Amino acid sequence: MARAELMDFDKALELFEPVIGLEVHVELNTTTKMFSPAPNPANSAYHGAEPNTLVSPVCLGLPGSLPVVNGDAVRSSISLGLALGCSIAPSSRFARKNYFYPDLAKNYQISQYDEPIAFEGSVQVELVNGRVFDVPIERAHMEEDAGKLTHVGGSTGRIQGAEYSLVDYNRAGVPLVEIVTKPIFGAEADAPELAKAYVSTIRDIALSLGISEARMERGNLRCDANVSLRPRGAEQLGIRTETKNVNSFRSIERAVRYEIQRQAAILAKGGSITQETRHWHEDTGTTSPGRPKSDADDYRYFPEPDLLPVVPSAELIEELRAALPEPPAAHRRRLKAEWGFTDLEFQDVANSGLLVELEETVKAGATPAAARKWWTGEIARLANAAGQDAASLVIPEHVAELAQLVDAGTLTDRLARQVLEGVVAGEGSPQQIVDARGLAVVSDDGALIAAIDEALASQPDVLAKIRDGKVQAAGAVIGAVMKAMHGKADAARVRELVLERAQG
Amino acid sequence: MSDDLIRLSAADLGAKLAAGEVSSVEATRAHLDRIAAVDGAVHAFLHVAGEHALETAAAVDAKRAAGDKLGPLAGVPIAVKDVLVTKGMPSTSGSRILEGWIPPYDATPVTKVREAGLVPLGKTNMDEFAMGSSTEHSAYGPTHNPWDLERIPGGSGGGSAASVAAFEAPLALGSDTGGSIRQPAHVTGTVGVKPTYGAVSRYGSIALASSLDQIGPVTRTVLDAALLHDVIAGHDPLDSTSIPESWPSMAEAVRRADVSGLRIGVIKELDGEGFQAGVRQRFHESLDLLAKQGAEIVEVSAPHFEYSIAAYYLILPAEASSNLAKFDSVRFGLRVTPDGGGTVEQVMAATREAGFGPEVKRRIILGTYALSAGYYDAYYGSAQKVRTLVQRDFDAAFEQVDVLASPTAPTTAFKFGEKLADPLSMYLNDIATIPANLAGVPGISVPAGLAPEDGLPVGIQFLAPAREDARLYNVGGVLEQLLEAEWGGPLLASAPDLSTHELTATEEGAL
Repeated sequence: MARAELMDFDKALELFEPVIGLEVHVELNTTTKMFSPAPNPANSAYHGAEPNTLVSPVCLGLPGSLPVVNGDAVRSSISLGLALGCSIAPSSRFARKNYFYPDLAKNYQISQYDEPIAFEGSVQVELVNGRVFDVPIERAHMEEDAGKLTHVGGSTGRIQGAEYSLVDYNRAGVPLVEIVTKPIFGAEADAPELAKAYVSTIRDIALSLGISEARMERGNLRCDANVSLRPRGAEQLGIRTETKNVNSFRSIERAVRYEIQRQAAILAKGGSITQETRHWHEDTGTTSPGRPKSDADDYRYFPEPDLLPVVPSAELIEELRAALPEPPAAHRRRLKAEWGFTDLEFQDVANSGLLVELEETVKAGATPAAARKWWTGEIARLANAAGQDAASLVIPEHVAELAQLVDAGTLTDRLARQVLEGVVAGEGSPQQIVDARGLAVVSDDGALIAAIDEALASQPDVLAKIRDGKVQAAGAVIGAVMKAMHGKADAARVRELVLERAQG
Repeated sequence: MSDDLIRLSAADLGAKLAAGEVSSVEATRAHLDRIAAVDGAVHAFLHVAGEHALETAAAVDAKRAAGDKLGPLAGVPIAVKDVLVTKGMPSTSGSRILEGWIPPYDATPVTKVREAGLVPLGKTNMDEFAMGSSTEHSAYGPTHNPWDLERIPGGSGGGSAASVAAFEAPLALGSDTGGSIRQPAHVTGTVGVKPTYGAVSRYGSIALASSLDQIGPVTRTVLDAALLHDVIAGHDPLDSTSIPESWPSMAEAVRRADVSGLRIGVIKELDGEGFQAGVRQRFHESLDLLAKQGAEIVEVSAPHFEYSIAAYYLILPAEASSNLAKFDSVRFGLRVTPDGGGTVEQVMAATREAGFGPEVKRRIILGTYALSAGYYDAYYGSAQKVRTLVQRDFDAAFEQVDVLASPTAPTTAFKFGEKLADPLSMYLNDIATIPANLAGVPGISVPAGLAPEDGLPVGIQFLAPAREDARLYNVGGVLEQLLEAEWGGPLLASAPDLSTHELTATEEGAL
């Protein structure tokens, strides 16, 4: 595949105005699926189940089976709609979206078409530079997820060249809310960052409502990014592409940026953009064409005759509205005050999209300062190296545990970094790794003293220097002791003891 | 003894079982013997579950012996239309594409009849996916009308109606999307009821058109239909369109039947051109009898009924085209792989090409077209508007009368092949039954006699407002009593004797 020509980003912005639109799918974490009593793998209790074990006649589309709407999923969807500032439809309807695909058990998807449950909202999104952007929401509607195909025999894991494909229907029927923005104008050079920050805000909202696990790496949160360019001064919108498979915050930003540069290069040469679905490739940082997409795609939508309209009572809507958590912007202001962070410190966290992680980590017992140090420091470094989101590497409870082990003196910072690597590698909780690897700081003075005496005895010149008051010479002994202890000692304590023994 | 048992009504058989005069095993065996004797000629059944039925019967007998409290139909055999899925029994909906598929679960109406102690005998023949009025579209060969084996038994539920008319089962379950219970009842001299939409769960009924399908009883007497109705009706949390409220007893409505003061509306549009003379004659004689009992007969108009068939043949194919999309070979049923293998799309296409019959393909194509972008408003959208107008016709009519009446179908049973080449004339056979499905109102077909010109059965249809199913049992029960008094017994007593049609070994193999 020939690499697409890209225009310099600043140059592209000079010539064109980017217009973006974002579709975010949120998997709800209800106990059962959208239309069937089968367990929901998007609920962490059922995550990772063996293929085709979380199924019922309904999600397999067996003849005679009928869908029944999950009331919890409707409540979650209403809460999400309200948190997005949307109006809730007094009556909304499900519709069938008809197309043949082997991961779609019935060969139609039950979705909402002309009557979504929530519509016309707006979400405040804050950028790194402090700019607050109102992202207009077109609609949020309920639907069911499809199953998952695994293509076997091909080199790329894609359908092309595969010998056969396996279907896992566990995901078939997982409740989804699809949130669609209106076209977003005026973001200009911030467009890539805005896309990322918007999805991050949706995640914050979903987590604060408790309606989704919202983990991008598990597909709980999925983003399709629409990008089009129009020449400066033009009224008419350009032709758009829809980039799919963007499943990390980093990728969203990169994919939008890439599309702006790619489209600008084509347009500047007098070429035209093909309206199509494009796939994001995490490894190469590029997009490639998928199937052509046109507005004439014919899904033969019609109202789902097996289901009644969804008619939430005004009381229910108000009850859910009253129970809404703080909007993210207000929430941030409160956290900043509670944590006592400076503007810069707080922005550092917020811009890394790690507010929720920090909050959870503090809740789990870490001090705000320690939580910030770990998330924006070592974890961010590891995430960067792995090309993944920090939140996908480690859970807040483990970070808190790590911070507490350091506070208690069980671990030094250096040891803690080793433990963290073990946690990321999936070896268990920090305490489990400390136990398994025997990494805890040696706090037994007896063992330290023995090592110190040995080191002093073998370096009589150093001992003499210390006795002469040249305290900095102790460093050589401390180093030897730390080495003998395999680094599992508190250097400060060793220093104290070295000075003590030298005088003795 | 065995011949006596099969001719009893379900109510009478239930009473004998309760009194201990006969066991369920004996009753079941008598019906299985009858099936063995005549079904080679009738071909009402696609699958006979003899051993399973006898085990079920023995279990009911054991419960009775243990002193368990059982319902009025406990131990009574029943035939089940193949549109309903049955755990452990093949369920094909009359289609090649489901040949050999054994469902892992029971349809809710089947669960309910099992819980009431009824004994499922097997699965009955039908037009493929319930598309047809003659069973000639069954992938497994047609069912023959017990009154004349050269004629159709109606459809799509010809198998259920014929099984009851041929005394192979006292009761059967049917499904009615545009008349598939009532029209077969009309041509076989039996009773068929389409309950109010949502009265009986559709869970486990292989969907034809979800907004029109309704499961109902197929029997020889009005009381039997009411007893079965009472068993299968009621809310089902697995079917969102099932009505949550509880129902009055239909059997009680039959027992207290009284038509004095009942206002019966004759639908003007369904009582003239296109209706066979003998059909109209028996219809009006029935109305005269009811009038003598104090019913008030008035003429009403339903001006939009004439558009019913046009609307129906857009809504039904549209829903069916989507409902039948799941038959793709991926998870169950037939799989046809093109020579040398193929992509999943090619396998799906080859399977559907081989597995669906011509009528099914015709309707899938019609429905796909009607839902297509650019045509939706003109076809599906307009059809839904007509549907609303038909519902308004019913609303207006029921402001004047308590029930409506019409002949159930325009003609008596036609001969095999007569309408096969002309789908439109086949569709027109459902002109009187379709409006009820469009409006969701209940309907019953009760035997009204034999047409003088051909000696074949004729039915009369009554329709009631939604949720007023009891009115149908009231008027049907009275009419049945009056007519049987005139005839000196049930109409089916005059049906030809089928006992000469022993099942031969080769025919058994063809079962």
